[in-house]
Amino acid sequence: MSDLTGISDRTAGAKLWRQLDRWSYALIVGGLGRAAMVLLVSPTAIVLITSFTSAATLRFPPPGLSTQWYQALWFASPEIVHATLVSLKVAVAATLSSTVLAAAAAIAITASKAGWARAADTMLMSPLLLPALALGLGLLLTFNLLNVGVSMLTLIIGHTVICFPFVLRTTLASLAQIDPAFEECSRSLGAGAWFTFTRVIFPLARGGIAAGAFIGFMASFDNVAISLFLADAHSEVLPIRLWDLIENLLDVRAAAASGVLIATTVTLVVLMERLTGLSRYVR
Amino acid sequence: MFVALPVVMLLAASVSDHGAFTLSNFERFFSDGLSVPVLGRTLLLGLETAAVTLMLGYPLALLFVGASPGFQKLLILLIISAVVRTFAWVVILGRQGLINETLLVLGLTKGPIALLYTEPMLVVTLAQIELPIMTLPIISALAAIDPALREASAALEAGRWRTLFQVVLPLSLPGVIAGLLLVFAAACSALVTQSIVGGGRLLFMPLYIYQQGIQGQNWPFAAAISIILLMSVLAVVAMLNMLGRLATRHLHV
Repeated sequence: MSDLTGISDRTAGAKLWRQLDRWSYALIVGGLGRAAMVLLVSPTAIVLITSFTSAATLRFPPPGLSTQWYQALWFASPEIVHATLVSLKVAVAATLSSTVLAAAAAIAITASKAGWARAADTMLMSPLLLPALALGLGLLLTFNLLNVGVSMLTLIIGHTVICFPFVLRTTLASLAQIDPAFEECSRSLGAGAWFTFTRVIFPLARGGIAAGAFIGFMASFDNVAISLFLADAHSEVLPIRLWDLIENLLDVRAAAASGVLIATTVTLVVLMERLTGLSRYVR
Repeated sequence: MFVALPVVMLLAASVSDHGAFTLSNFERFFSDGLSVPVLGRTLLLGLETAAVTLMLGYPLALLFVGASPGFQKLLILLIISAVVRTFAWVVILGRQGLINETLLVLGLTKGPIALLYTEPMLVVTLAQIELPIMTLPIISALAAIDPALREASAALEAGRWRTLFQVVLPLSLPGVIAGLLLVFAAACSALVTQSIVGGGRLLFMPLYIYQQGIQGQNWPFAAAISIILLMSVLAVVAMLNMLGRLATRHLHV
């Protein structure tokens, strides 16, 4: 190596440097990315495996396999089944009401080209940035002022607030993709506003509305912060029941319930992906 | 309307004492010696989580942008209940959990070590739960970068690292900022995860609000804590936004 000229010495050094650059980049950036990938998926898999444990504790890896905790969940846990039904009822009602409200709001925002429509975009993000617990407490204080006691109805109203921004965002996104020429065509062919909406705009925006409704439904189903403040004693929701189960008892039924939730969620996601191209709207 | 009214109500409740105006709830918060550290710890938790999530989320976004679009759909996992994903970490971190059993088998420890109810593990848990929220906006930002810019950088003999830090990262900064904001805000108000993985001894603002409100029936003070949390989170969000704007000012894209 000593008889090489200065120039080739420099290029050899540069080559080594370039190789080092490439290697370290692949090692660190590629490694972190792959680690993140494993981290993203593995906890869900671990819960699924744990839910089939034969042990009475949350030991991992489980010493043996059985479906006893699923049986315990189904046959001997009326309070969990009840909480699931409450959650389903609330989520369905909140999704329906927020979808109607948000779709109407989205159409109004899109129709008005005014500056406040842009401001609305920031407002949309606000429920995602505001601490949900503060929102729950604020709603409770509002209901107190109106002399409305907490009930199923207040719970549904609170959850509607949670769902609303999700539907609004996806509907706005799908409305923005509709070529305004379609609407003009429909109008110039003599179609009224209602006909244009039901036959032209709605079919085109349907996917976005459905995707938002689904995301809103899942957000409602998983919400704790609002439910803590707005539910009465009879309407305990599933995530709060689960929280209690995990925190106080380290109950293995929580694993079985989680298993059911994961399986249901994944099935619904695959279904919604087929129907609406859900992943385009998850942003 | 839906959002504004509750916030106004919170503000009203926090400054009223049977109809009369008072700042005593805020005075109490800043003078009782207990509340301010809770606030500080909560904001720190949010910042630490945002930083860890970025460290993992950015390389993950790079990986996803290079991979087939079908692969990216894995990120929809974020729709799975946060309570369930928190529970996963109880299984991983518990006394008989994955980490402790592994350490035991490898002979690295004699008995189980305490992982649950520690702050570093809470940060890791929150980072994992918020990972998709960080990665999605970064993917959008990365996908919008003209690949010719990266090729140009390589053609000009810039190494991988230099291309990353001087071309790709600055251009994707809006996505990074959006991710940081969302993760920070989510981590600061993640009541269930904070309570399950953080345990009773680590008190953060959301549980504090819950304790004072529902358990203590001290609604005005709970409202004051909510307002302070809300303002602090929004202040950090505004600051991050401003930093982002300063950093991207010279870009013309």
